[in-house]
Amino acid sequence: MEVIAAVVVGILFAVGIYLILTQDLLRIVLGTSLMTHAVHLLLMAMAGLKGGAAPLLDRGKEEFADPLPQALILTSIVINFGITAFFLVLSYRAYQKLDTTDMDQLRSESSRHRGRSR
Amino acid sequence: MNNWVAAPLLIPLFTAVILIFLHNKLMLQRWISLFSTLLNTAVAIGLLLRVHEDGIQTLNMSGWKPPYGIVLVADMFAVLLVLTASVVSACCLAYSFRGIDEQRERHYFYSLVHFMLAGVNGSFLTGDLFNLFVCFELMLMSSYALIVLGGTKRQFRETLHYILINVLSSTLFVASIAYLYGATGTLNMAHLSLRIAELGQSGPITAVAALLLVVFSVKAGLFLFFWLPGSYGAPPAAVSALFGALLTKVGMYALIRTFTLIFYHEAVVTHTLIGIMAVATIVLGGFGAVSQTNVNRILGYNVIASIGLISLALAVSNEHALTGAVFYLVHDMIAKALLFLLAGVLVAETGTERINRMGGVLLHSPLLAWMFLIASLSVVGLPPLSGFPGKLLIIQGSLESGSYIIAAAGVLLTLLLLYSLIKIFILGFWGDARKERNPEWKQPRKLLASSAPLMLIIVLLGLFAEPVLPYIQQASGALSDPSVYIQAVFKE
Repeated sequence: MEVIAAVVVGILFAVGIYLILTQDLLRIVLGTSLMTHAVHLLLMAMAGLKGGAAPLLDRGKEEFADPLPQALILTSIVINFGITAFFLVLSYRAYQKLDTTDMDQLRSESSRHRGRSR
Repeated sequence: MNNWVAAPLLIPLFTAVILIFLHNKLMLQRWISLFSTLLNTAVAIGLLLRVHEDGIQTLNMSGWKPPYGIVLVADMFAVLLVLTASVVSACCLAYSFRGIDEQRERHYFYSLVHFMLAGVNGSFLTGDLFNLFVCFELMLMSSYALIVLGGTKRQFRETLHYILINVLSSTLFVASIAYLYGATGTLNMAHLSLRIAELGQSGPITAVAALLLVVFSVKAGLFLFFWLPGSYGAPPAAVSALFGALLTKVGMYALIRTFTLIFYHEAVVTHTLIGIMAVATIVLGGFGAVSQTNVNRILGYNVIASIGLISLALAVSNEHALTGAVFYLVHDMIAKALLFLLAGVLVAETGTERINRMGGVLLHSPLLAWMFLIASLSVVGLPPLSGFPGKLLIIQGSLESGSYIIAAAGVLLTLLLLYSLIKIFILGFWGDARKERNPEWKQPRKLLASSAPLMLIIVLLGLFAEPVLPYIQQASGALSDPSVYIQAVFKE
């Protein structure tokens, strides 16, 4: 089970990094989002993918699932949700303002800007 | 248990929420935010005295005993930084009453600043690695909004880079937390330190340490700083000052905390790596500062270079060097905020950021000129000012441990920074004015008055370094001996 999870994490990371290295802003945002999913899965896998009852003391069960990684992942998902939403809105506003979503053009303009300010 | 430990985190948080509802009442917003930061300063001073007398204060959130719950730990290092952050933010807020336009003030500027402060103070005080991540995110989210607030083209461009870099490093942060949890089964920093001491810092754990080093280096601007000069120059001066004073220093704090408390066993690998990165940062940051002619970019490179100096001390990690690092960190937060604020006045006065288009400012704003000179000399580390004791201790510490390259880098840094800042002074303040001055421009007395307390602190901290030193030494003592921190967390 852990091996499958590791492979999936690897694939997600690879796709995320590929998307981040492209020039389109929207793809970059999606890339960051995919990478965060990869990390969540990694967190799950690192804590051990085992079955078991909910960690309540009075149930009399012996096997418990570890609740901590799930709490961490939940927190991280919420944070990632906020950041992705903000990033998307920002990209849209940047597109309206700068008329491009191409990172190369963004950068060349900004280096021209730097050249001017020098 | 001391409930006041949570106050520096809660006060800005509640203030921020209250300010959301008052966003149209400007005067009320201003006074509430100033009052809140002053209150925070008072609480921090109270905590400082308490920690000095009774040792490290802790608070187990919701009564969960460590390592199960989140624990807030106020040791001397954290409290000193919380106090400095509160003082700096009070001055930056007072400055922004005049220095920020009304449009930004109405669009939740003060709320965002307070959310950021909550994140900053939380990062200093937390004793849990995942909680550190959450506080980082709180701080970064507010900083994304602050940096783009106003919406000029330049701000959009720089913000896109800034967000992308920080989202990536946060992702890696969670990944390293996952690895650490898998390897040790805990995320409480004191417990992590114990576990790793028991298990031995094996190869995989050192690799995770290196991953965390990358994460915090991006936040601190240590070697991986390519995003910093542009991003910090984009927003208005009050925001740049907050960023330059607080954000990179939080990254630096996290570096010092993790590499003195948790990953101190394989110093040959990790601390050598930090040393190499620090020397590279000093060389690149120093020459960057020298090569620029834009005021904000010069200051941005100055921020990077002093991060390099503090990391030198971390690489050496003996007692003198760590004492110097704490002293210099406190000094640097104040001095960098002051420099950015004064540069804001300078840019407003001359109407340009390029120093070769300025000139003659000394004639019509002598006060600004002398304040800028004193701030510059203090950053460089001239003896009666506050930069000197820290720098002296760091270089002394590195000579003691025989790291001559590191000591040489520290001295080289001084020369480069001196040149870069005096260049601003010579081109900007001396000579004749190159441009017609704006006739409506009034003397920025209020802006200068709000940055004056910072300058006073710089001078006093330099003159009275002796009485301050016991506090600094208590901080560095706890840093060089992890068992102090661990015992304080597990004592109850």
